[in-house]
Amino acid sequence: MRALLARLQQWAERRLPALTRYRRPEPLPIELHRRRIYIVPTGFGLGFGVLLLVMLVGALNYTNNAALLLTCLLGSASMTSMLLTFRALDGLTLASVRSGEAIAGQPVDLHLVFFAGRPRESIQVDLAGQTQAFHLATGGEAELVFQLPTTRRGWQPLPRMRVWSTWPLGLFRAWSWLYPDQSVLVWPQPEAKGPPPRLPDNDAAERQLHRGEDLAALRDYRAGDPPRHVAWKASARHEGLLVKDFEQPRAHQEWRLDWRELGNLDHEARIARLARWVGEAHAQRRRYGLWLPSQEIVADSGRDHYARCMSALALLP
Amino acid sequence: MNWGLRWRRRVEGPLLAPRSFDLTVLTMLMVLAVHAPHLPAWLSTALGAVLALRWWQRRRAPGKAPAWLKLPLIALLTLAIVTTYGTIFGRAPGAALAVGLLVLKLLETETPRDARVGIAFACFALMAALLFDQGLVATFGVALGLLPVLAALRSLEPAQASATLLRQLLPGLTLLAVSLPLTLFAFAVVPRLSSPLWGAPQADETRTGLSSEMSPGGMTELLIDDSPAMRVTFDGTPPPRDALYFRAYVMRFYDGSSWHASNNPSPEPEPLESYGRQGYTVTLLPNGQRVLPALDVPLQSVAGATLRLGRVLVRDQPVNDTLNYHLDSALHYRMQARLSSADARAALQLPAHFNPRTIALGHSWRQRYGEDTGAIVKAALDMFHNDGFSYTLAPAPLGRDAMDDFLFATRQGFCEHYASAFTVLMRAAGVPARVVTGYQGGFWNRMGSYLLVRQSDAHAWSEVWIDGRGWVRVDPTAAVRPERVSLGAAAASGDGRAWYQDAWLQGMRNRWDIVNRWWDKGVVGFDALRQKGLLTPFGVPQTDNRTLAWLLVAGGMLFGGAGLAWAMARRSRMDPALAALRRLERKLAHAGVARRRGEGPQHYLRRAARALPRQRDALQALMEQYLQLRYASDEPASESLRDFRRKVRDFRTARVVQ
Repeated sequence: MRALLARLQQWAERRLPALTRYRRPEPLPIELHRRRIYIVPTGFGLGFGVLLLVMLVGALNYTNNAALLLTCLLGSASMTSMLLTFRALDGLTLASVRSGEAIAGQPVDLHLVFFAGRPRESIQVDLAGQTQAFHLATGGEAELVFQLPTTRRGWQPLPRMRVWSTWPLGLFRAWSWLYPDQSVLVWPQPEAKGPPPRLPDNDAAERQLHRGEDLAALRDYRAGDPPRHVAWKASARHEGLLVKDFEQPRAHQEWRLDWRELGNLDHEARIARLARWVGEAHAQRRRYGLWLPSQEIVADSGRDHYARCMSALALLP
Repeated sequence: MNWGLRWRRRVEGPLLAPRSFDLTVLTMLMVLAVHAPHLPAWLSTALGAVLALRWWQRRRAPGKAPAWLKLPLIALLTLAIVTTYGTIFGRAPGAALAVGLLVLKLLETETPRDARVGIAFACFALMAALLFDQGLVATFGVALGLLPVLAALRSLEPAQASATLLRQLLPGLTLLAVSLPLTLFAFAVVPRLSSPLWGAPQADETRTGLSSEMSPGGMTELLIDDSPAMRVTFDGTPPPRDALYFRAYVMRFYDGSSWHASNNPSPEPEPLESYGRQGYTVTLLPNGQRVLPALDVPLQSVAGATLRLGRVLVRDQPVNDTLNYHLDSALHYRMQARLSSADARAALQLPAHFNPRTIALGHSWRQRYGEDTGAIVKAALDMFHNDGFSYTLAPAPLGRDAMDDFLFATRQGFCEHYASAFTVLMRAAGVPARVVTGYQGGFWNRMGSYLLVRQSDAHAWSEVWIDGRGWVRVDPTAAVRPERVSLGAAAASGDGRAWYQDAWLQGMRNRWDIVNRWWDKGVVGFDALRQKGLLTPFGVPQTDNRTLAWLLVAGGMLFGGAGLAWAMARRSRMDPALAALRRLERKLAHAGVARRRGEGPQHYLRRAARALPRQRDALQALMEQYLQLRYASDEPASESLRDFRRKVRDFRTARVVQ
């Protein structure tokens, strides 16, 4: 049965592209309208229809007009609920899709923002095998977060997603396929382990304390501070002793990561190694620069810099 | 002993939310409530208890009832129904079984899927309740039961804004209200079956109603039954109240304890000379009997019925559905001017060795008044009137010689006692006499111009045969208690009335009956025949099923189109400031300054101010205010907006320009 359904669906996707998922990607925002909302009875709806038919025949057979009236009322209410199901989706807009950062092989967070003018209840979204439901107040917005699995670096197009609803009675199911023309940039996966980058020679100087000419800070005296560090003049205007604080550990040495130095590796392995170094440098809060065949990124540090470097690596051919 | 807490069976899929479960329980409760009137009290109570226990148990911890609890309960239910009804087939046991199983289904309702199945069958069970009573109140009760059904189905949908129980019930009401036009249309045009596909259920409960035999005291139950028996509309002015005698049975044979209708049933009705006629239509509510009550005395029969001896109408089929019939009756008549000797013998029959004192009294009258039948009748009525007889619905019981006991000992009773005693007296005095039962009086509903006759209006009277005048109606009860004829049985008895039979309440109920009548006529009585005349106002005298089917399709498409138009309408809500500006534009265009395409508001209003120098200051102010509203802040202050709209409204353009 399930296999038959799957085959039927495949056939439908081939023969009725408009009805199923074959739609061209389109730019955001995507507003659902009547030409792209489809509606069929659910299994429960079909069963309920059969039940109504039985009730109708029974009422007619027993010439019981009150029962006939009740059956007509239920039938009409079911029909009205079909219109409500359609209206649950009509006018719903996918406003934006925002993606988090992702490294190939790990799922990426997709933030979908829906809004609608009217309040909506019980809208469900299928994406990448997950289903989430939301409701909207008047003029409200709803943000859904999906985990989209990734495999390889580079731009990954968003999959088609299905927005559907069986609101209000579960008798009918309206759905629409959304295929936003948007991609997620997936960063390369760093190699698991490997050598550190080759550094300039003056590594020993790194551990020295930096002694600046200018006073960095004054702090309260702690037992064990050398007397020559006490700021006597400043202490005289103060209640306790103040100590000149010179002990600023010097920042880690700047790394210059260079594509050309990894000539012995193949293309993807080079990217993976550079990605690992960028990640390590970022974790150690180092300053680092990156030279790539396509561009050169001057040394810097911080979140944005890291993202810039990873994106550049992701976009390498 | 918290066995309820241990019902933790594995359940697949998401569990039913507590609110959904509550609504499902409410649905089942409604089903139980609409079926309660015809279920045995113990079954209703037991099922109610099961519902309450299950609700309490699931509130504490969700879990299905285990099989060792369910199966015995189902077996117990089946067994109980078989012992009560003798079978599980048929309408009443079937309904009991369905309701019982529905409630037991709730024991294992844990997932939305279970709940949906249960709710769908609850719809069916709700409809089944209408097979027992399709009155207005019952139908509305069932329709009310649809509210929890719809609310429960709604609550099964995921992700909705939270709402109170009441707020969840209300949308169902809106849905039903919106669906009402289509409902009524479909109801009117769905083609009715000309003959049932399978056997319609027999009326298998005993209804109170007139019966074909009468014994003193037998009608007590009937006389306190307030349910409507029939409704009568008269052609022209209604007859006076004391002429409202509807005959149902004529009883000629007395066996000492009760009167019987069918003694030597000669099918021929008595010949009748009538003076004037009164046409009327009777809407007879189903009573499972074959006799059709008719105003004294009917002139002809109706289709499917024959006029029998005593000029009573007997139908071929029992009345199991509401029946309408039109009749003509004569209020002034001479019935059977000549009595054959066989008929006279039958009308003088008395059982031997019963009621010796009554018979002796009759004989004594005969000897005193001789052939003067009128004097004999008057003597009897005078006795009832003067000798301390009283009218009560709760008389003392009578012994073997019932008429002797009544006439000489208890002297209390109601119409049956008086009619019976009077007839026996007449026969003893040699006057041919018989007992007639039927209805007398009723409530005249002025608003609906119809007569409502309740079961409690049942009555018994006598007819005596007087040479030259034929059968003459004599109502001995009226001699004892004239109020019986003018007010009705309950008012006349003055005792044994329940609170709901209070006069004021009774009056309200009588007036309210017009709605019942409308319901019985318009909905319950809308049969295949009435459907055929559906299009008569549009010039189609006979609507056949093919036309109805086309009408159904066309109307369905029309309703569908209207619904789709509503569903697809996009109501763009215009910005109020922009709407006010549009209004101003219309006014200015009227004055000759129309806004050009692509012209901004500032430029346009400046141009208007130049063109209309008298309003220049006003227009300038409006322009500045509009720009303020539009661009000064994201959310313009509402009072500023209101001020702008008011100014636009009050803005007047002088017709003289330039």
